[in-house]
Amino acid sequence: MRTRLVKPGTLALMALAAGAEAGAAQASAKPVTLLNVSYDPTRELYEDFDHQFAAYWKEKTGQTVTVRQSHGGSGKQARSVIDGLQADVVTLALAYDIDQIAEKSGLLPAAWQRRLPDNSAPYTSTMVLLVRKGNPRGIRDWGDLAKPGVSVITPNPKTSGGARWNYLAAWAWALRQPGGNDASARAFVTRLYQNVPVLDAGARGATTTFVERGIGDVLIAWENEALLAIKELGPGRFEVVTPSVSILAEPPVAVVDKVAAKHGTQAVAQAYLEYLYSEAGQEIAAKHFYRPRLPAVATKYASQFPRISLVTVDEVFGGWEKANAAHFADGALFDQIYQPGR
Amino acid sequence: MARGESRAVRWTQIAVALVFLALTLALPLALVFHEAVAKGLAAYWAAITEPDALSAARLTLLIAGIVVPVNLVFGVSAAWCISKFDFPGRNLLLTLIDLPFAVSPVISGMIFVLLFGAHGWLGPWLLEHDITIIFAVPGMVLATTFVTAPFIARELIPLMQEQGSEEEEAAIVLGATGWQTFRRVTLPNIKWGLLYGLILCNARAMGEFGAVSVVSGHIRGETNTLPLHVEILYNEYAFAASFAVASVLTLLALVTLALKTAVEWQQRRSVTHEAGIAPSLERIAA
Amino acid sequence: MPGTSRSVLPGFGLSLGITCTYLGLLVLLPLATVFTRSAELTWPGFWDVITNPRVVASYRVTFGTSLLAAAVNTVFGLLVAWVLVRYRFPGRRLIDAMVDLPFALPTAVAGIALTTLYAPNGWLGGALERFGVKVAYTWLGITVALVFIGLPFVVRTVQPVLDDLEVEVEEAAASLGAGRWQTFTRVVLPSVAPALLTGFALAFARAIGEYGSVVFISGNMPMKTEIVPLLIITKLEQFDYAGATAVAVVMLVASFGLLLSINLLQWAARRRAGV
Repeated sequence: MRTRLVKPGTLALMALAAGAEAGAAQASAKPVTLLNVSYDPTRELYEDFDHQFAAYWKEKTGQTVTVRQSHGGSGKQARSVIDGLQADVVTLALAYDIDQIAEKSGLLPAAWQRRLPDNSAPYTSTMVLLVRKGNPRGIRDWGDLAKPGVSVITPNPKTSGGARWNYLAAWAWALRQPGGNDASARAFVTRLYQNVPVLDAGARGATTTFVERGIGDVLIAWENEALLAIKELGPGRFEVVTPSVSILAEPPVAVVDKVAAKHGTQAVAQAYLEYLYSEAGQEIAAKHFYRPRLPAVATKYASQFPRISLVTVDEVFGGWEKANAAHFADGALFDQIYQPGR
Repeated sequence: MARGESRAVRWTQIAVALVFLALTLALPLALVFHEAVAKGLAAYWAAITEPDALSAARLTLLIAGIVVPVNLVFGVSAAWCISKFDFPGRNLLLTLIDLPFAVSPVISGMIFVLLFGAHGWLGPWLLEHDITIIFAVPGMVLATTFVTAPFIARELIPLMQEQGSEEEEAAIVLGATGWQTFRRVTLPNIKWGLLYGLILCNARAMGEFGAVSVVSGHIRGETNTLPLHVEILYNEYAFAASFAVASVLTLLALVTLALKTAVEWQQRRSVTHEAGIAPSLERIAA
Repeated sequence: MPGTSRSVLPGFGLSLGITCTYLGLLVLLPLATVFTRSAELTWPGFWDVITNPRVVASYRVTFGTSLLAAAVNTVFGLLVAWVLVRYRFPGRRLIDAMVDLPFALPTAVAGIALTTLYAPNGWLGGALERFGVKVAYTWLGITVALVFIGLPFVVRTVQPVLDDLEVEVEEAAASLGAGRWQTFTRVVLPSVAPALLTGFALAFARAIGEYGSVVFISGNMPMKTEIVPLLIITKLEQFDYAGATAVAVVMLVASFGLLLSINLLQWAARRRAGV
């Protein structure tokens, strides 16, 4: 605010003072770039957020920050970082992918998830069902997806982070049913995937298949993707069905310490992620249909996000490491669905 | 015509061939342009002049600008040694030149990650010296070079084999140096084939998707080529824009084809014009 | 000159040197990483990966559709080449030029365009659906994409041979009382057979590795429409480099074997022809 009142000539001085005041490591106003390696559905969110953060950072420290974005499937992005993609921060679909970066490359400590509030997930989402207008198949809950003749679109859990959340949400619902156990959940999920005619490689591909190609009666999608698809692709053509139970998806964020240290961007990278937790950041997240953590913002956008009974991966599956080994590793439960006679 | 086929047979054959080509080639082509202008010409123009699209176009041109000359040198060398000399292992060498044709683009990208990635053979050394190859322009150039390596060599080898080496041998016997012989005798004989190879190599270099996708890192405005930009737009539900950029690539392909046809036409003319050994020898004497 | 008995031409050392260095650094060294990475597996481990039922099913899909596509291309490619060489009709030049389109069009664009075209709500998909034929997201869709990719290989290898074929021989056969069909099977077909085979093998080899255009149209269903390159990507995505490279080794060996046999075949054909 104060900077607006002074003449441009004194801006540099002011910036210096502001920088010192903010306690930021960068004393000079040398322009800096950050690389944020993210997953597919966050394109619009970060495009918006990066601009606002740059303005905020400029005002706070006088430093110009340019944030570059890379998007792709979450697993693929994690692998690229492991293989040397110079990410200052990662904002991925699931904690497992950042765990892999920590484990395979040591670029950040194994306990990275405890460094920021709320499991390092500044916003959350969940999995919902997107159906065609008027819900002609009468889809109400997960159980309807396994009925004969219903065609379900969901991406391949082997290549898509979102698809793993989909799969686990369906499994969690089945466990919650009367008499539900691992065997019944397995039978349910098997029947559900037998109703899937196309397994796209990523969440965006699946949405395109459902919306543009007109295939399937129901799309299992991130809540934010479902709401975005309705807004971008066809208001009035689709409806969101909120299932009775779903999973609390916590897309986590982290500074990649060693890369940031090499680039000298630790402070700005940290501030970038912290800004996600600020009221402004939460507001942007909510606008892009991510559930905000901050109660004030959450209340404001309450009408956008129906209340669902949400379970977490830790509660039901004992964490991502276990969930992955049991369900998605080669030869694990997901593969067995497709192995005839086994 | 004394060629025997009755009118009916002839036109049936033409019709079947045309229907087949319409279904496999013309329809996809028409669709690209149809979808590209679906949102109007203004939207089309906006999509192809947007900064990200322009930077993708620049990168595509840069990569092709490096890859094509490198493959030119390689292609000519490979064609020279394979077509003018007989040596053990020739068939093996020929197969190695062809190999990038048949290697899956996925593998073509992966091998460079395995070589230069942080956990690859040379990764740690590169990291120590702060050299970035993978997920940056050098890696994309390498992957593209790999994929397009066979094009020029493959175009020249059969041509030079067919022409034999009598003309060159005569030139050498008459006292020309190797370089003179190449420039005055070989080059004029192969120039159209060479140009054709260059055109195809260039088209492929600009259009490569699979291999480049693996090594690009997908940093917006920095390591995206036009084909990658098409995919990005498609994934952002900007279908019309995606097809608009695709149509630019398609136009490039069509220009390439037009050039190629012109080249072939020239080639046919030049073949009828200068047959035999005499003109080349005249050129040496000159 | 080492190994060259008959040539007086210079530049053998230089050109062979450049060629070998280039191939060594750019092709062999990177490809070697595939073999060393897969060597991290034990033999039984390697065998398990490459004979896993899902992987075997993907070989079936990839090799089956590639074979079918190459066969379609052989038949129609020959027809197209024949029509282009033998007949004069309006638009022939244009069509001749268009045959190279798949060489020049980025595969992702081809994939997206073909999917849009053959999806149930596409221009062609809708019409075909009425006859109960599903193309997009089935093995038929994969075949369509591979036909697109491979067509120029067949046309461009057969065309020059047909061009060189002496019409007089056919006329002689005809004057000796051979029917048109007989002339074609006894005279034309044998002379183009080597070129046709080469075109077939090239289209086949190219189809096996194709990824960009196929992923959009295949539907990627495990055991049904999952192609080998997709499985390699899937394994990479799970940080399973050894597994990915093991499957890659199988593909590389297949491609190399295929190419080597074409080159030997052509070399043998040239020798027989006395060139």
